[in-house]
Amino acid sequence: MLLPFFMVKSGQRLHTVEMESMESLEAIKSAAIAAVAQASTPQELEQLRVEYLGKKGALTGLLKTLGGLSAEERPKAGALINAVKQELSGVLNERRTGLEQAALQQKIEAEKIDVTLPGRGVDLGGLHPITRTIQRVEDFFTGMGFSVAEGPEIEDDYHNFEALNIPAHHPARAMHDTFYIDDTHVLRTHTSGVQIRTMESREPPLRIICPGRVYRCDSDLTHSPMFHQIEGLLVDERSSFADLKGLLEAFMQAFFERDDLAVRFRPSYFPFTEPSAEVDIQCVKCGGEGCRVCSHTGWLEVLGCGMVNPRVFEMSGIDTERFTGFAFGLGVERLAMLRYGIGDLRLNFDNDLRFLSQFQ
Amino acid sequence: MIFSEQWLREWVNPSLSSEMLAEQLTMAGLEVDAITPVAGSFEGVVVAEIVTAEQHPDADKLRVCTVNAGDETVQIVCGAPNARVGLKAPLARLGAVLPGNFKIKKAKLRGLESQGMLCAAAELSLSDEKDGLLELAPDAPVGQDLREYLALNDVTLELGLTPNRADCLGIAGIARDVAVLNQLMACEPPVEPVQPTIDTTFPVEVTASAQCPRYLGRVIEGVDLAATTPLYMAERLRRSGLRTIDPVVDVTNYVMLEMGQPLHAFDLNTLAGGIIVRESTPNESMTLLDGSEIQLTDGTLVIADQQRPLALAGIMGGANSGVSAETRSIFLESAFFTPALIAGRARGYGLHTDASHRYERGVDWQLQRRAIERATELLLTVTGGSAGPVIEVVSPEDLPEQSTLVLRAERIERVLGLALPEDEVTRILQGLGFDVTYDESNSWTCVAPSWRFDMSQEVDLIEELARVHGYNRLPTAHIEAKLQITPVSEAQRSLRTLRQGLVSRGFQEAITFSFVAPEQQAVFWPEGQAVKVKNPISSELSEMRLGLLPGLAAAVAHNVKRQNSRVRLFETGSRFTTGQPYAEQSMLALAMSGTKAAENWADDSSRVDFFDMKGAVEQLLGRTDADVTFVSARHSGLHDGQTANVALDGKVIGFLGTVHPQAAQQLDIPANTVFAELDLSAVRQGSVPAYEDISRFPETRRDIAVVVGRDLEVGALLDAVRDVSGPALADLKLFDVYTGSGVGDHQKSIALGLTFRDGSRTLDDEEVSAIIDQVVDFLKEKFNAELRA
Repeated sequence: MLLPFFMVKSGQRLHTVEMESMESLEAIKSAAIAAVAQASTPQELEQLRVEYLGKKGALTGLLKTLGGLSAEERPKAGALINAVKQELSGVLNERRTGLEQAALQQKIEAEKIDVTLPGRGVDLGGLHPITRTIQRVEDFFTGMGFSVAEGPEIEDDYHNFEALNIPAHHPARAMHDTFYIDDTHVLRTHTSGVQIRTMESREPPLRIICPGRVYRCDSDLTHSPMFHQIEGLLVDERSSFADLKGLLEAFMQAFFERDDLAVRFRPSYFPFTEPSAEVDIQCVKCGGEGCRVCSHTGWLEVLGCGMVNPRVFEMSGIDTERFTGFAFGLGVERLAMLRYGIGDLRLNFDNDLRFLSQFQ
Repeated sequence: MIFSEQWLREWVNPSLSSEMLAEQLTMAGLEVDAITPVAGSFEGVVVAEIVTAEQHPDADKLRVCTVNAGDETVQIVCGAPNARVGLKAPLARLGAVLPGNFKIKKAKLRGLESQGMLCAAAELSLSDEKDGLLELAPDAPVGQDLREYLALNDVTLELGLTPNRADCLGIAGIARDVAVLNQLMACEPPVEPVQPTIDTTFPVEVTASAQCPRYLGRVIEGVDLAATTPLYMAERLRRSGLRTIDPVVDVTNYVMLEMGQPLHAFDLNTLAGGIIVRESTPNESMTLLDGSEIQLTDGTLVIADQQRPLALAGIMGGANSGVSAETRSIFLESAFFTPALIAGRARGYGLHTDASHRYERGVDWQLQRRAIERATELLLTVTGGSAGPVIEVVSPEDLPEQSTLVLRAERIERVLGLALPEDEVTRILQGLGFDVTYDESNSWTCVAPSWRFDMSQEVDLIEELARVHGYNRLPTAHIEAKLQITPVSEAQRSLRTLRQGLVSRGFQEAITFSFVAPEQQAVFWPEGQAVKVKNPISSELSEMRLGLLPGLAAAVAHNVKRQNSRVRLFETGSRFTTGQPYAEQSMLALAMSGTKAAENWADDSSRVDFFDMKGAVEQLLGRTDADVTFVSARHSGLHDGQTANVALDGKVIGFLGTVHPQAAQQLDIPANTVFAELDLSAVRQGSVPAYEDISRFPETRRDIAVVVGRDLEVGALLDAVRDVSGPALADLKLFDVYTGSGVGDHQKSIALGLTFRDGSRTLDDEEVSAIIDQVVDFLKEKFNAELRA
């Protein structure tokens, strides 16, 4: 029964097979493309891929019929089928990408949020303006080769007074309004004791600043029984009042970030320095015109300073002929209040969050 | 020191405005604290005399006066009780303008016309005196402009003198400085010795010559206390803030203001036998001028007579020996007391007087004779009388030494950074009263004047030069130094980093007082031996803090009261304990209260508890090389069941806990407030990282859940797991604690994640399972823990 089929002339048979195959190839191709275009989900696409390109798919089926062709016809027909296969594969991929993109787009649209809602977990504290100011001052001076020194707040009479050339009953003691702990101990009225301790324990040259809490028995609108000071000390073989002036003038200008800030030095008296000076800066509020902040003088007193009194050096065992030095002391509250525009000293110690939170 | 500018200008009169003069004084170290006009701004006020004074027909308290204004006589209706015939008083004429821009117009008072106004001192802003008319001297020229008559176009300058400048507690000293600053000469009024006209003397004995090296006295008989203090003197006293008392006291005060020498006048008739300057004897007491009774402490220098102490030397006179209206003869005292020996005395008696202020700082020890002569001369002019010879008792060896100082040109330049010309140095020092000799070796030999008590070193002279030359004319320079590397320990964690970490966690830094209220402190340390302040501002601030919690608790309360219930604060600072003799320790304390997160739409709105604080503490102590443990503990003020000690490598470095409900009430803070307080130096102790190779082998994680008794502390369980697991355990996580259904009433389920790793090989399943079995067995054995299905 098979024989008649093989009886056909080989050329004629080829023609027939080729023609039929080619016709169905075109039909398959257009049907597939139409189906792909119709597909609306990746699942449908996958189904179509299996239907046409899978192991049992239509095009794979066509390829299998090639075995019946002659050796020279076979590659030609195969190439045709493969071209369609590739084309179809391309169409499928393109359609898949399109569908994926659309799905992604839809997902993205569904996930839209209100970006103006507040962020989560914001919880920022802040440093106290006093600390902030101390750190800032420390930065200026450590940059100049000063190191930070600390000492006890309950200070003995010697380090708080005697060693600073303030003997018992010296009128300068009355200026200090001292808190007493016992007959020989006080709450330090300045951080100068730290300077003495440093001079006692280290050899010059010395460059230190001493920040810390200090205490005076005085409490009203403009005095707090506890406040903060930063004192500085420089001891070297050649340091003069000119150096002191230059350093403090530059510091004040740097602190207030005003190159043209006027700074003046006024003779004053401290038992531990000679010559002594008080330093005024041009009022940072009114620029020297005169206002409530500067009591209409145009000037603000910001620190005291002077060349270390040789007596102080002698008591601390420093050679007064070989070394000179200077010291200065500034009130941190004063600087902080001027810098940040704080009008009331007591705010610094109320620890009211409405105040503190402004220094984040 | 407050003084009239006109007075100063009589001595030295530079071509400077009042403001410029004040500026110059300030910049020379004599700080001018205030410039105040001596009278208010007014015009059209003249000296007038009341010619007639009749009762107002329709008003009890008013009088109708005829007043002579010089060029006319006017009718004035006046309510002052002292409006009487013959009185001379200021008259604000029609058209006059009084302080406050108050214009005087014709007015009717109860139907009668008043053509101007007779004035009280307060109405002219001359003083606060407003009861009664300002009474002018009988010889006041009627019709003269009051400003002219009283020389009111003057200001007072108030000097805030530093303690070293006692020499400027008198016009003479200020004039000296002004003269040097302006290269002028001060013209001092000449003082001629008053020749005695009587022989009367009075015995003076000084037994405490160290304290009183020089004592001068003089008898003046026949003084008239009814005499009037001259206008110029009364005005100058007034402008220096002193009231006129009587002519004798006024003269002594005037000389004190002029020269800086305090003087005292005794009523000679009250003195018994003679003056003795001595130290007080035990149990002596006396009544002071101001009426106060004082018990004299031993060694107080007193001026006494044969019977009793008369005066606290250099501080205040006594009640029953001073001059009074009946006084006819006086004993005038002019003394020098050694500053160092009497300093602090007045304060010891709670006193501070013009005299003690000057004596403590130092009165010119060569001034006493000049001053007594000047006072005598003025007294004789004002009160009349006859002066006896000056009695002087002096102990030369007790007088201060006149210091001789050598000033080197080289040292001036070294200290000031500027070489001053030789002639300027000489001029300045001579002008200030130094006896100056220039040596050819570029130095000066200077003998200090007797009024300067602050001249004992070369540098004292340099300060004078700098001050007069002008600080602001001295050069400025940049400091030069040999730079060195500052050692910085890497293991020591900086306070800044710690603070910043807390800030990033939402903590706000607080600064509270180092002294606290004892009752606040007792909440946390009822048995604490606090260091006490002997002279506190108030009992609220009387104990040095034993820790930082009382201050933080008060800060929490402050904020909660102000509707700020979510509080996170930290503070660093010292705590104080009695020790050797006192100990200070740097602490770091934290307080949290309110909700975990600030109120918001997204996050947890539950309230903070112990574990929020524990998390903060763990983060602070976040170190890989140390063993941080939390051990249940009790601490006063904290909740017994929610408090732990924090230990670092076994050493307790602090504690944390929820506030005790009772303490919360006492401290007025919310019950969910959680505190921690840690030793700052322990917190700051970190380490230098030491790298270990990362294992190339994979890790295996096994999770188990065990059911244990609810009271079991998980810490112990975790320790046991670590112990049994051995070195292969790379990490242990506790990821759930569960109570509720499926777990017995008194039980809880603990879920653990164990991660195993070995540095040299891959662990196989069997090994890991074997370890897990061991762990489970051990937990069962030790804690009766059941593996949860």
